[in-house]
Amino acid sequence: MSNDIAIKICGLKKMYRLGQIGGGTLTGDLQSWWARIHGREDPNSIIGSDQRSNGTTFMALNGIDLEIRKGEALGIIGRNGAGKSTLLKILSRVTAPTEGYLDIYGRITSMLEVGTGFHGEMTGRENVYMNGAILGMSRAEIDAKMEEIIAFSEVREFIDTPVKRYSSGMYVKLAFSVAAHLDSEIMIMDEVLAVGDIAFQQKCLNKMSSAAKNDGKTVLYVSHNMNTIRQLCSRCIVLDKGKIIFDGEVEDAIALYMNNSAYENPVRDYDGIKRPGWLHSDMLRLSRAEYPGRDSCIFRRGEKVRIAFTWHTNEDVENVGLRFEIQNTDGTPIAAAFSYECYSGKKGQTAAAVFTYDVSGLAPGTYHTIYTFFRRNNFGAGVDLDCMEGMDIIIDDSENKLNWRANVWGHFILPAPEVEFQ
Amino acid sequence: MMEQGRMSENKYHTHIEAKTRLLSVDLKELWRYRDLILLFTRRSFVVTYKQTILGPAWIILNPFITSVIYTIVFGGIAGISTNGVPQLLFYMGSNAVWTYFATCFNRTATTFTANAGVFGKVYFPRLTMPISTVLSAAINFAIQLLMFGFFFIYYLAIGEVHPNWFAIPLLFLAVFQLGCLGLGCGVIVSSLTTKYRDLAIVVSFGIQLWMYASPVVYPMSQLEDPLFLHILHVNPVSASMETFRYVLLGTGEISLGWWVLTLVITAALLFFGVILFNKVEKTFMDTV
Repeated sequence: MSNDIAIKICGLKKMYRLGQIGGGTLTGDLQSWWARIHGREDPNSIIGSDQRSNGTTFMALNGIDLEIRKGEALGIIGRNGAGKSTLLKILSRVTAPTEGYLDIYGRITSMLEVGTGFHGEMTGRENVYMNGAILGMSRAEIDAKMEEIIAFSEVREFIDTPVKRYSSGMYVKLAFSVAAHLDSEIMIMDEVLAVGDIAFQQKCLNKMSSAAKNDGKTVLYVSHNMNTIRQLCSRCIVLDKGKIIFDGEVEDAIALYMNNSAYENPVRDYDGIKRPGWLHSDMLRLSRAEYPGRDSCIFRRGEKVRIAFTWHTNEDVENVGLRFEIQNTDGTPIAAAFSYECYSGKKGQTAAAVFTYDVSGLAPGTYHTIYTFFRRNNFGAGVDLDCMEGMDIIIDDSENKLNWRANVWGHFILPAPEVEFQ
Repeated sequence: MMEQGRMSENKYHTHIEAKTRLLSVDLKELWRYRDLILLFTRRSFVVTYKQTILGPAWIILNPFITSVIYTIVFGGIAGISTNGVPQLLFYMGSNAVWTYFATCFNRTATTFTANAGVFGKVYFPRLTMPISTVLSAAINFAIQLLMFGFFFIYYLAIGEVHPNWFAIPLLFLAVFQLGCLGLGCGVIVSSLTTKYRDLAIVVSFGIQLWMYASPVVYPMSQLEDPLFLHILHVNPVSASMETFRYVLLGTGEISLGWWVLTLVITAALLFFGVILFNKVEKTFMDTV
């Protein structure tokens, strides 16, 4: 079994010192030391910084244990400062851990940046050799792959031109091509796909996923773009404050990262909550929404979603409608339902109603919702009166045998077709 | 199949730990990256002379002008004796040898600070960088020697120099020793400048001072004060400089004891430098 392991990480910690690291100069260090032993204020501390935090430490990684098997495409997500980049830096041996150890079985190509070592004065071809060698290829290996690299990069006509004349897209395409054609067993990528045009991004993603699926390469991928994580990764971890807080299915990890909880309150109060700045009118305000008779936001697939709304009017309003939008956890719109001209009311009134939505088409997963009250102005265009983030809907389908793969099949399930044999 | 799989696994197994042994310099890995060393060496030439009209001619033009100036200032105006060797040849040789050492030292001294961008993104044995610097300095030196040879043959033909041909192998020792010395001093400084930038400033003018404390613009034989002689004997550049003159120009004195002392100092500096470099390279990204 141990043969399947590509990377094994044990109790990994990385500590950074807060505040200035030294004064940057020997005299600065001596000054700080002199002030410290005489109990005076450090002349080199940053003005306004908290003295107590000076000399204390910050754990960028605080005990990471992780095993990655061969051929796995592991996504790593987390907020800024969660420790993703530090983890990748230690894995790619740019810096050393403070505590713990890791074993890496195979060669690593790290793409924390594309085009590392590219020199503007050298031609594309010369840079391919340079970059390849930096990434650990020998000259013979690069010779053998040269044709493939040039073909993949789509910059054949410019390959003998200095790269300082390249557009940024061409530069990145060439750089990525070198990295993608390495014979290494493990590839580490830090959002390098954020560049290049859509077609090329797609090409890179396909190349990476086929490397993982067909060639048995191990891919570690960090991104804030959840769609690419979905497309590429077979497993995902969520980092928070230097620790792994989730390890498992990609969709679950994304849902967690997007700050969802399956046990979220099925009631939400909107009184006194600040509205977005673009809402110009305060004629109507939503005050409360609730999933009546429920203790969570989890629904079984096929179940109808009933929402009890309470709202009040600050002015006379006519023909107000309610728009109910459903979004993916990363904010991609999925579907919407409209109730046109369902309410007219006088100033100071409070109204309540239960709306029932048929969401049987939604695939299992977690969804954000948005409630918007709107009316049509004199020209027939819609004007939003109030717009608030709604309660989540979590569609549970654990009874079904087949796991729904939202990254491939989408978020909407069409009814099973009628089949007539002839 | 399985056996083979396991073998290739062991081949690329890397174990990374917080604590590292002091002597864990991975020479085998360095050898695996030899292509990179050559590419870095090549790059330093290609890049320097791209978009220049004279191109690599600068390698010769630059030291030639310097030698002429030395001849005028030190030989003509100051009137320093060159022990009967034609002045232009004397200063051309001194200048080539000194430039070789100074380039090794100066360029390797900025290894970490100048390459922080690359080092922060990808791993490769960091020593490849200073080693390739020394190699390119050696190639520059060889090109300058060609120019030196041109004048050397002329003076040889008119019978003004009398080289000690039998000692030619000593030249290679001198070149090797100066390269190692420049590398050793350079990596020590580059390791320390990751934290203290002061050193970078000290080094650039320190090297100039060092030149005057070495027998570059004057021969050893011009010194009589025993204190100065002691300083020059401990200075690990002097032996190679005098050897160069002894072999090609037929002047200067060298001794076995002096060479042993020089080699011991060089080896100690290089050893200490590589150990320090190896220790700093693991975490320098956090402090640079």
